[in-house]
Amino acid sequence: MVTIRSMVNGRPAVSAKPRLSLLSRLRSRRWAAYWMILPLVVLIVGLVVYPFVYSVYLSFENKAETKFVGLQNYTKLLYYDTFWLVTGNSFRFTLTAVFFKATLGLILALILNNLPIGGQRLWRGVSLIPWVMPLALSSMGWWWIFEPTHSAINWILVQLGGSPKPWLSDPFWARVACIVTNIWYGTPFFMIMYLAGLKSIPESLYEAAQIDGARALQRFRYVTFPMLSKLIGITVMFSTIVTFANFDIVRILTRGGPRYTTHLFGTYAFNIGIEAGHLPRGSAVALFMVPVLGVAAFFILRNIARGEE
Amino acid sequence: MSLTLAQQKKRKITYSYLALVPFLIFFLFPLYWMLITSFKTDNEISSLRGVPLIIQSMPTLAHYKFILKETRFLIWFKNSFMISAVVTVLTMVVSVLGAYAISRLRFFGSRYFGVGIFCTYLVPPALLFIPFYKVVGLLGLLNTKWCLLFLYPTLTVPFCTWILIGYFAAIPRALDEAAFVDGATYIQMLTKVFLPVAAPGLIAATLFAFTVSWAQFLYPLAYIYRDDEKVLTNGIYTTLIKGDVYFWGELMGGALLASIPVVILFAFLMDYYVAGLTRGSIK
Repeated sequence: MVTIRSMVNGRPAVSAKPRLSLLSRLRSRRWAAYWMILPLVVLIVGLVVYPFVYSVYLSFENKAETKFVGLQNYTKLLYYDTFWLVTGNSFRFTLTAVFFKATLGLILALILNNLPIGGQRLWRGVSLIPWVMPLALSSMGWWWIFEPTHSAINWILVQLGGSPKPWLSDPFWARVACIVTNIWYGTPFFMIMYLAGLKSIPESLYEAAQIDGARALQRFRYVTFPMLSKLIGITVMFSTIVTFANFDIVRILTRGGPRYTTHLFGTYAFNIGIEAGHLPRGSAVALFMVPVLGVAAFFILRNIARGEE
Repeated sequence: MSLTLAQQKKRKITYSYLALVPFLIFFLFPLYWMLITSFKTDNEISSLRGVPLIIQSMPTLAHYKFILKETRFLIWFKNSFMISAVVTVLTMVVSVLGAYAISRLRFFGSRYFGVGIFCTYLVPPALLFIPFYKVVGLLGLLNTKWCLLFLYPTLTVPFCTWILIGYFAAIPRALDEAAFVDGATYIQMLTKVFLPVAAPGLIAATLFAFTVSWAQFLYPLAYIYRDDEKVLTNGIYTTLIKGDVYFWGELMGGALLASIPVVILFAFLMDYYVAGLTRGSIK
């Protein structure tokens, strides 16, 4: 703070030598920039880069963190059936959830875009509630919904003539439950991105299509979709990262059970690292996420960089 | 083609509202279910008779009384609020200064800085919580809420900086050139020109920082086990789930009460937030 204040007070006298002071002030710009960006750099290096590097280092140690064991934590994991189960779960969870979120989000955005301004604002706001509500808290609500004997879903299923399902205690239905909760939570995010994208498509394109005799489906196929495709790509990749690294839903609905069949990388790393007290191996589990996160981040950045050109 | 244009338009709106209904049921049913559960008596929750989708017997406030009197809910609420508020202030100071420097004051590497910031935003808590366990332990902050003060900014600062860079970059250069020629310092330029013009961006970033802090679950769950130091998310999760079966009323009531502040903030400020979120990727 001291330096920033002296920067403010110590400005050169403008009236005396305007040309020189302008120059010297331009030169001081670099220093001003360094001071202002310092807190940001300290935070990012100290609290993101350093912990990340430290977690790589940690993953090379033994459980007591007394000995360097090289890649052993990683190779051991590769021999565990559980690890491959978790890997499969993470991909299945992410691909299924993102697919449904992207599709439902698009349908919802198209519906909302048809509404008059007042209704659109209201229902857009209401549709955002699942995404606004803290996920850990809404997951508790879903946990109760999936309770098999006293709760809602099975009652409704039975009324509709179906049979009750062993939600959360059967691997298949437990996975479905986690994915449904994630779709509920994430669809509004896609909707809000797509809706903004729809607004940015020039009306003249639709008018031109109409004059050419394009029907609604054709207008979507040849105008809306191509105009949105880049945004869809960014949003899908972005959601892939967040979904892949999800923790709250599985932790609350199933704690990874029954028998590890719903664990994701995040919850499994928590299980091994914090609950079982094997921090190095937990680190290794979490670091297996990096390739997927990296690829998704790469595509996002490439698209955003292109957009700026 | 027998319909007039106005009729066509009206029909389109009607169909759109009809198509919206299933989405609204899907989105709102969990909240409705949580709400009615929190007002049902334990007897009714555990009963298998009748229609569970409505409250059949006399509604009760017993669950809410239990939450407020028998648990530390108010302490968690206070903790959540304090941590979120302080983190928000810290975040805004760091992000505003950083975004201003990156978007306006050219310096070595400033072009790559924006990209670097964005990358750190993509590093999830699920990746960092294990090394942080060691760091928090070394600092002696395990089992205290204070550790959250330096953990949460890792989630909020990158995105807030990213939003603000967008808002600052959109301010016409003529404005700061005029201020510069008038003899304004860089700090004055920031406070007198940039902050007022980018006010919508500031609101969006503030809201983001606060809600992300309020909603975080993994960090408090991993590092805080003492009841008095917990925040709402891990407090409700670890304490309201009692040994017997019928804790649902309390759990649902607690989860709803804990969500209210964030939902209210959004009800008033949603437009700013949506604008801040979407403007970066729509161009």
